Amino acid sequence: MIDTPKISLKGLHKQFGQKIVLDSIDLDIMPGESMVIIGGSGSGKSVTLKCILGLLHPESGSIKVDGEETIGMGRKDRKRIQEKFGMLFQSAALFDSLPVWENVTFGLLAAGKIKRPDAKEIAIENLRSVGLSPDVALLSPAELSGGMQKRVGLARAIASKPEIIFFDEPTTGLDPIMADVINELIVERVKEMGVTALTITHDMSSVRKIADKVAMIYKGNIIWSGPRNDIDNSGNAYVEQFIHGRAEGPIQMEVLKA
Amino acid sequence: MNFLAVMGRITFGFLQAAGRLGIFAATTISHMIAPPFYFRSLIQQMMTIGYYSLPVVGLTALFTGAALALNIYEGGSRFNAESALPTIVVIGIVRELGPVLCGLIVAGRVSASMAAEIGTMRVTEQIDAMATLSTDPFKYLIAPRVVATTLMMPFMLVIVADVIGVMGGFLIATGKLGFNAGNYMSVTMDFLEIKDIYASLTKAAVFGFFISLMGCYHGYYSRGGAQGVGIATTNAVVSACMLILLSNYIVTEIFFAT
Repeated sequence: MIDTPKISLKGLHKQFGQKIVLDSIDLDIMPGESMVIIGGSGSGKSVTLKCILGLLHPESGSIKVDGEETIGMGRKDRKRIQEKFGMLFQSAALFDSLPVWENVTFGLLAAGKIKRPDAKEIAIENLRSVGLSPDVALLSPAELSGGMQKRVGLARAIASKPEIIFFDEPTTGLDPIMADVINELIVERVKEMGVTALTITHDMSSVRKIADKVAMIYKGNIIWSGPRNDIDNSGNAYVEQFIHGRAEGPIQMEVLKA
Repeated sequence: MNFLAVMGRITFGFLQAAGRLGIFAATTISHMIAPPFYFRSLIQQMMTIGYYSLPVVGLTALFTGAALALNIYEGGSRFNAESALPTIVVIGIVRELGPVLCGLIVAGRVSASMAAEIGTMRVTEQIDAMATLSTDPFKYLIAPRVVATTLMMPFMLVIVADVIGVMGGFLIATGKLGFNAGNYMSVTMDFLEIKDIYASLTKAAVFGFFISLMGCYHGYYSRGGAQGVGIATTNAVVSACMLILLSNYIVTEIFFAT
């Protein structure tokens, strides 16, 4: 019996005005799999993620979650699907008007799933699971370092026990050691919770640590996908150039030379 | 030909903006009347908008009432009509100056702050984060602000502005211009009609709705970082002030046109 993909994208197309960002994306992510999408800046990684999350509306194509079409879904059904998602944003996107503990439990409190007096304890529990001490709970996001903000963002993403977690450039802006700490945490949490994960990044050390499978996006299309271990022998000139970070190759950056 | 193209672009731009604002207003109203309601957020907004605007609204009304009394006394003395001072002060303040000045002051204070806060949340992905936590930003961010401003304007700020404005005129009339305090109050009460108070409160509610709607609308659609937030803030205040002055005429026409 073939499993239904947790997320399935077919012919996903998105453009802003005349600019085509996603041409025709086809991608299946199986339950419990950690998929990493790689690609250069402006290749359409973030737009793909935002389309799945329902933050952007594609012009055409299909997005299925657990076999259920999400494009054109009503508000109630969309909310039900959203409850399966957790998301760690590139900038962490913590609510700066709320203390850390309220950030972590925001989704649970807003949905009325927990009572306010219990929220702090639940937040502390989630903060511990990402290696943060309980006293962080009372701080405001502005008092945290970049690495701590990412960890709070991760705690917020896992607090509602989602089935699918999205990671948008989880190590951007962090030093190599903190980046590795975040990568380790992602691997631990994803394996322990048994969730499906979709990460977008251009950090190859993240790819090698987090991914079960890798897909490369270029000019709005998936040009290669396969298991993580195959990436070094992909036989694809675009992938080769990208993973070795070479300026010379088929991917031409639009840089004006003086 | 060029001129026609420019005119067409301007017309399309205007219609697009009007349509987007109409949809935004309709969505906001639908979230104002349908549960769930975030009472905690509503009370917080009522405090920020109502209570914290009291000093500036009170001072504005006091000095405006005082200046109005001086002007009417001096102008009235040209045709021996000084005794009309209490009547003109109370009608001028309650019907017109109380709600309009209060509206303009609150537009500067509240509309700008809403646009800046929501705009910053937009450009730092906090609004997207809220949506991924299964919380509708219209429900959590916008509806409480619009409800709070629409309620606080008539039932706290404009009532206070009307009373203090009349008191400003009373203090100058009795302390400086030689009016008898008892007579002044008696004439004021005799000439004030219930219709004047209804008009004042209706204007306040309408202004409150527009002030918050403009602040939220421009903040919600701001883009492009700090500059975008700055533009949204300016547009929010300017459009709120324009709508206050326009709707002031319409409400006056409805109540007092013979």
